[in-house]
Amino acid sequence: MNTRGLRSQLKDSVPVTGLCPQAGPYGVQDSLRRGFSSVKNELLPSHPLELSEKNFQLNQDKMNFNTLRNIQGLHAPLKLQMEYRAARQIQRLPFLPSSNLALDTLRGSDDTIGFEDILNDPIQSEMMGDPHIMTEYKLGIL
Amino acid sequence: MLNTSTKTPTGGFSFENTRRNAVLEANLLEKGYSAPNARKTGTTIAGLIFKDGVILGADTRATDDMVVADKNCMKIHYIAPKIYCCGAGVAADAEVTTQMMSSNVELHSLSTGRPPLVAMVTRQLKQMLFRYQGHIGSSLIVGGVDVNGAQLYSVYPHGSYDKLPFLTMGSGAASAISVFEDRYKPNMEVEEAKQLVRDAITAGIFCDLGSGSNVDLCVITEKTVDYLRGYDQPVQKGLREGTYRYKPGTTAVLTKTVTPLTLDVVDESVQVMDTE
Repeated sequence: MNTRGLRSQLKDSVPVTGLCPQAGPYGVQDSLRRGFSSVKNELLPSHPLELSEKNFQLNQDKMNFNTLRNIQGLHAPLKLQMEYRAARQIQRLPFLPSSNLALDTLRGSDDTIGFEDILNDPIQSEMMGDPHIMTEYKLGIL
Repeated sequence: MLNTSTKTPTGGFSFENTRRNAVLEANLLEKGYSAPNARKTGTTIAGLIFKDGVILGADTRATDDMVVADKNCMKIHYIAPKIYCCGAGVAADAEVTTQMMSSNVELHSLSTGRPPLVAMVTRQLKQMLFRYQGHIGSSLIVGGVDVNGAQLYSVYPHGSYDKLPFLTMGSGAASAISVFEDRYKPNMEVEEAKQLVRDAITAGIFCDLGSGSNVDLCVITEKTVDYLRGYDQPVQKGLREGTYRYKPGTTAVLTKTVTPLTLDVVDESVQVMDTE
């Protein structure tokens, strides 16, 4: 497995004018999930940091795995990615917040504090996702 | 908008309101108003390495565009027992950045079991500031004493850093650096160095509108840390010479009309309170 596979997970889902009008599975605007379409929404620029912040963790991982592969050989990132995959599966129900402790320990971010811990802590968010819809989405029914 | 999100929420910065803010700003601009600005510290901060360690100095004024928002704010922040950091630029950004750095440094030194290095603090700061591409508007001077001796670094909002024996930053940097360039010598004594930093900050206070009030100093040596808040107060508020109150009778009364209001009692009712 190569680290280029991670590229498929990169999110370039900040809307670009005219190219992808928030299409759902049937090719038209998915009003239920994404809300009403609005040209103004897609013309105005979002924040320059929005895209880079969305993909930040993924890019960091990619860079680290590449360096590791160059130094220690292919086996090192392979083993680590296997462990990441296993740790990512340890979750609570879809609508409940998980601590992701195993994943954090693997990444080494369990002893650092960043803005993702101070601002907008998901554990303290006032809105909860609708349990039924989130579970159905997870199971692929929706 | 229907907010049925199917993704798990993540922490960190939320960019939901950027479009709304852009629209609001455009609307305000049409009418001739400008959007509110973040409060900056409009500062003079300086640092200097002397014989036994490092001295950091800062003024104490925080400005909100053209109004002084805080006359006595603290710009020298604690990072580690022997490492302090002066912050200039946007006040909130400098404050939060240094607090996060302080927590990270503590966690890191607990993890390694060793006292923290100034270079480590600088590296974490510059990596974080580069990640946010200068949108976090804080310029910092990090100074401290660790196993490698006394060190002084300056970190700019976009993530570059300098390691020098004397540094100034902020809007009053030009005035302060001129004093340093004139009188700095390597390996100065404590009192001479304190006087030099005080003079540099005072130059910033007098020659820059964004800096003012008092001079704070922080002297860090291998053995001690001296946080001298209000070390010098070159600008004192003046005393009023006379009183500006008017004597009673200054304004002459020309006419006087009295209109009595007669009030009749219409209804009287008693309501008992439950005071149990």
